Amino acid sequence: MSSIGTGYDLSVTTFSPDGRVFQIEYAAKAVDNSGTVVGIKCKDGIVLGVEKLIASKMMLPGSNRRIHAVHRQSGMAVAGLAADGRQIVTRAKAEATNYQSVYGEPIPVKELAERVASYVHLCTLYWWLRPFGCGIILGGYDRDGPQLYMVEPSGVSYRYFGAAIGKGRQAAKTEIEKLKLFELTCRQGVIEVAKIIYGVHDEAKDKAFELEMSWVCDESNRQHQKVPDDLLEEAKAAAKAALEEMDAD
Amino acid sequence: MNTSRASSLRNSPFIYHSAQNFLFRLGILLFIYYSFSFIDLYRKKTWTRRQAISTPPTLWGTTIIGVTYNGGVVLGADSRTSTGMYVANRASDKITQLTDNVYLCRSGSAADSQIVSDYVRYFLHQHTIQLGQPATVKVAANLVRLLAYNNKNMLQTGLIIGGWDKYEGGKIFGIPLGGTILELPFAIGGSGSTYLYGFFDQVWKEGMTREEAEQLVVKAVSLAIARDGASGGVVRTVTINSEGVTRKFYPGDTLPLWHEELEPQNSLLDILSAPSPDPMVS
Repeated sequence: MSSIGTGYDLSVTTFSPDGRVFQIEYAAKAVDNSGTVVGIKCKDGIVLGVEKLIASKMMLPGSNRRIHAVHRQSGMAVAGLAADGRQIVTRAKAEATNYQSVYGEPIPVKELAERVASYVHLCTLYWWLRPFGCGIILGGYDRDGPQLYMVEPSGVSYRYFGAAIGKGRQAAKTEIEKLKLFELTCRQGVIEVAKIIYGVHDEAKDKAFELEMSWVCDESNRQHQKVPDDLLEEAKAAAKAALEEMDAD
Repeated sequence: MNTSRASSLRNSPFIYHSAQNFLFRLGILLFIYYSFSFIDLYRKKTWTRRQAISTPPTLWGTTIIGVTYNGGVVLGADSRTSTGMYVANRASDKITQLTDNVYLCRSGSAADSQIVSDYVRYFLHQHTIQLGQPATVKVAANLVRLLAYNNKNMLQTGLIIGGWDKYEGGKIFGIPLGGTILELPFAIGGSGSTYLYGFFDQVWKEGMTREEAEQLVVKAVSLAIARDGASGGVVRTVTINSEGVTRKFYPGDTLPLWHEELEPQNSLLDILSAPSPDPMVS
């Protein structure tokens, strides 16, 4: 799975003999080392959830946000190097406002995802730029309905029903596949995502984490918002209860 | 003492010397010439730039209309392009295509409206390719508006955009001089439209059928043609709905005649075969 490309991995402009660009793969490893980010597309919207690992007990809860609003109807959750993620979010916001001022309508999610992916890919083409060390899960609700995209450090972007990146992505993906996403409303989806994140959190390795969640759905008037506090508490409680059930087995 | 005029004149060398005589007359001529030039310069200052041009610019003194109906839009226009008093083109097509589903009615300066429509067609083409689906009418109207507003000092054109897209259905946008964008159930423009405001106030209703809308547009354009000297020729309509685009053409002699208009005649030679007029009875 992982291999060291001795000699061919020093620059992002070098291919290895078997056709891989190792720098991009190393950038993807930076994403794999960060907290899990999960996104699902329910029948009436998108839910994004982040397992935000807390580095220090002195940090204020709610700071160092990992989910950002790009414009009214779309939001992005970032995994990997936080500073790189901030740069991409700034660029996405600029693209969205530029599209709105030229074309007079909010940017479609597909178009936004393509522009973000192009920008990430751009930074894999020049030797004097390093690739972005972050993966993005982008969710939005436009006139074609709710859509979920994932952008990887290599610059590929695909549309998903459910996506996960970060440490616990394998387990998270398994859990997502068990869900019947076509029947879930976003209210139920929030609880499911909380359960997944609590489930994949590794108590042994990382002590404390904060759950950050956002949604774009009919209930939020098709606008990207933080999940309301009462629903978030409900989700956390349900997730903890599910964990104890599992532990009790 | 004969100090008469003759002797005083004789004493004056200036008048009698032939070369000096010539110079004197030349001086008077030059004075008169320059005085006329001075008057000319004075007159030129009161001329406007437009009057100083030898030929007036090509304009669509025109009538353009766009109406929405239940299921789409109908765009209509006359076909006269005038250059001052001369009709440069009596069968012009003022309804131009921007995309498969969005069309534009042009009025004002012919050159300005053509260049704006060319630019917007180019931008919309790129936008359609990038988006992967047809552009919406709103996007087309916004692009036209940006060009009209940002170049308002140089452009003189009023435009009506009409089209159909799958999200909003049939839509009409009016973009008058200056670059305002107005989404409207119907829009009228051009010099002939001044005669139609009252007509539309009375006759307009929401949710017409396609036939009603087309007949309304043809009637309105023909009314404007009857009263506006800068509108004339044929009536062209374009109907856009979910099924596509239909162009219709109404020649001038199929249009209804209004108060005091003459019957169309193929040739004045026809009157030669007519019987002689009745003698005047006293």
